[in-house]
Amino acid sequence: MVSEGVKTDVTDWPQAERSLPPRPDPLVTITKEEGLVIYEDMVLGRFFEDKCAEMYYRGKMFGFVHLYNGQEAVSTGIVKALNPNKDFVSSTYRDHVHALSAGVPAREVMAELFGKETGCSKGRGGSMHMFSAAHRLLGGYAFVAEGIPVATGAAFQSKYRREAMGDPDADAVTVCFFGDGASNNGQFFECLNMAALWKLPIIYVVENNKWAIGMAHDRATSQPEIYKKASVFDMVGVEVDGMDVMAVHTLAQEAVARARAGEGPTLVEALTYRFRGHSLADPDELRAPDEKQAWFARDPIERFAAELTEQNLASHDELKAIDDKVAAVIEDAVEFAESSPDPDPSELYRYIFAED
Amino acid sequence: MAATLMFNALREATDEEMARDQTVFVLGEDVGHYGGSYKVTKDLYKKYGELRLLDTPIAENSFTGMAVGAAMTGLRPIVEGMNMGFLLLAFNQIANNAGMLRYTSGGNFKIPLVIRGPGGVGRQLGAEHSQRLEAYFHAVPGLKIVACSTAYNAKGLLKAAIRDDNPVLFFEHVLLYNLKDELPTHEYICPLDKAELVRPGQDVTLLTYSRMRHHCLQALKEIERDGYDPEIIDLISLKPIDMVAIAESVRKTHHVIIVEECMKTGGIGAELSALIHEQLFDELDAPVIRLSSQDIPTPYNGTLEYHTIVQPPQIAEAVRKLMSRQL
Ligand SMILES: Cc1ncc(C[n+]2csc(CCOP(=O)(O)OP(=O)(O)O)c2C)c(N)n1
Ligand SMILES: [Mg+2]
Repeated sequence: MVSEGVKTDVTDWPQAERSLPPRPDPLVTITKEEGLVIYEDMVLGRFFEDKCAEMYYRGKMFGFVHLYNGQEAVSTGIVKALNPNKDFVSSTYRDHVHALSAGVPAREVMAELFGKETGCSKGRGGSMHMFSAAHRLLGGYAFVAEGIPVATGAAFQSKYRREAMGDPDADAVTVCFFGDGASNNGQFFECLNMAALWKLPIIYVVENNKWAIGMAHDRATSQPEIYKKASVFDMVGVEVDGMDVMAVHTLAQEAVARARAGEGPTLVEALTYRFRGHSLADPDELRAPDEKQAWFARDPIERFAAELTEQNLASHDELKAIDDKVAAVIEDAVEFAESSPDPDPSELYRYIFAED
Repeated sequence: MAATLMFNALREATDEEMARDQTVFVLGEDVGHYGGSYKVTKDLYKKYGELRLLDTPIAENSFTGMAVGAAMTGLRPIVEGMNMGFLLLAFNQIANNAGMLRYTSGGNFKIPLVIRGPGGVGRQLGAEHSQRLEAYFHAVPGLKIVACSTAYNAKGLLKAAIRDDNPVLFFEHVLLYNLKDELPTHEYICPLDKAELVRPGQDVTLLTYSRMRHHCLQALKEIERDGYDPEIIDLISLKPIDMVAIAESVRKTHHVIIVEECMKTGGIGAELSALIHEQLFDELDAPVIRLSSQDIPTPYNGTLEYHTIVQPPQIAEAVRKLMSRQL
């Protein structure tokens, strides 16, 4: 992802665009190691999705495959603020990269896309249903907004263990990702209400990429500034530049600390953009070229790479080495997926019930 | 032994399981302070606190989804539908998430969840509060569906449902909450997947469940007067259906009448009839008869409502006709 002449100023921003919130001040400070972890996670997400497109067009995977390109700063900035041994992540159908950030190995995610037994959902789930109990990934929900209540239930579970069962260590935080389109669904409002009412340790992250398939966000909602909807529930709501991983990461750390301390939920609205069509089946003809260009110019990975080098946290060569390492991980994942067995038809009925 | 009304039997089951296992909790509308619309959780919040008897806002889809999330992360929620009909708003969470998620996740998560509450046709409650929903949920993979019918089995079945590691849809009937049984003072559990032989007989198998079990029993005198000896089986488990018990009975009687409160089209009886014809065709001396409620929204008017669901005289009449080959 390292390229020369990276543009980080956004002065040519189109007029009609919503103005971006200022960077949080102060920004969280990161060490070199942390910076490289964040960079690697974003590159992993990007390369993984690019490989998915290639494999899809080569007929290796099927169904609706929704790629995450462009939104990496959100997944990485949020999930890397969590405790991977404790906290939960819940996603949508655009879930590959959330799964990767949560620690599900690329092999398992790719194998799932190939429908293989070694996939994280044993080939039963597919692109839109990534699950991993081991990595505390609660799914993978194909219906818009249906994951919001489930994630809210996981957050309720933390509170229940702490307060009803007396376990002082039960302070797991749940992060719930969904889109701008989902924020117009009743489950969003119902759950915000309950989460605020009961002060649940949850972070609702709306990835506002301006579009719900072909429905422009501004045409779908009376109040486009989604973060403001938190206020009527007496909940903290913040907006953040979703192309700026450090900004996202900073707010995520605050929200995690708030949740962990029992001070309740946060609604984070990350302003972002998907660099590809809605799914690999979408020709992406509706979105204006100008709009796309403006957002491409704000590529979150290039921006962060520039920041790392400007601040002398990493050299070009170090970043290049990470790119190469990730490329190898992806190649390995494809080989693994390709050579893995299909599920055995004799196990068609397995996993219907808990005893199976 | 202690004489116990059905709603109290359900309350006892909930109480005992909550005492036994800290991860068991109840959520739903008015389950806490108010004690449940049929008093199944009366005063339990005083014993277990407000988190374990969680009064929720009126948001069926979301609180059912929350129960799924809590179950995935190790708790054992009991969702009370204030009326099971309201759970139509939670259909997505019940079908896609409670029912299917374990499979879709390749076994990553299990969902120990009970969804219980009053259903069926009451007394002039109007169409929306007089639903026959069991068939709507019947095709959902991954769900177990149970209908209790006596104070005794209500308690034993609810305890089993709470201990089960799968999502169980547990139907109670609005008109049965005040049925009384002498309940054992010792603990007991009723299996979730076994039909109950209500009355052994030789001539005809009456397959029924929930309130219609009692309509069959009311028809019994007339049937006996007519000189027939019916076997009455309460299915208890609507999913999976206990075909072992049914086959045993059909091999003996060779005649089957299904008596259900469910609507006829796509009903439980439709599935049952198909299964019997598929598996036991050679045992049958006549086609399976379905006595179901009418395919209409339950009318408010008392007379119309009476004619909407199966009544005891119709059952006796069907037995007469079937046995005298008039059908
Ligand atoms: C309940 C439901 N209705 C409709 C769809 C079809 N659908 C899939 S994605 C989508 C748009 C969602 O947009 P958004 O929430 O903004 O998420 P994004 O795709 O932008 O990540 C729609 C309408 C669905 N999957 N589920
Ligand atoms: Mg969107």
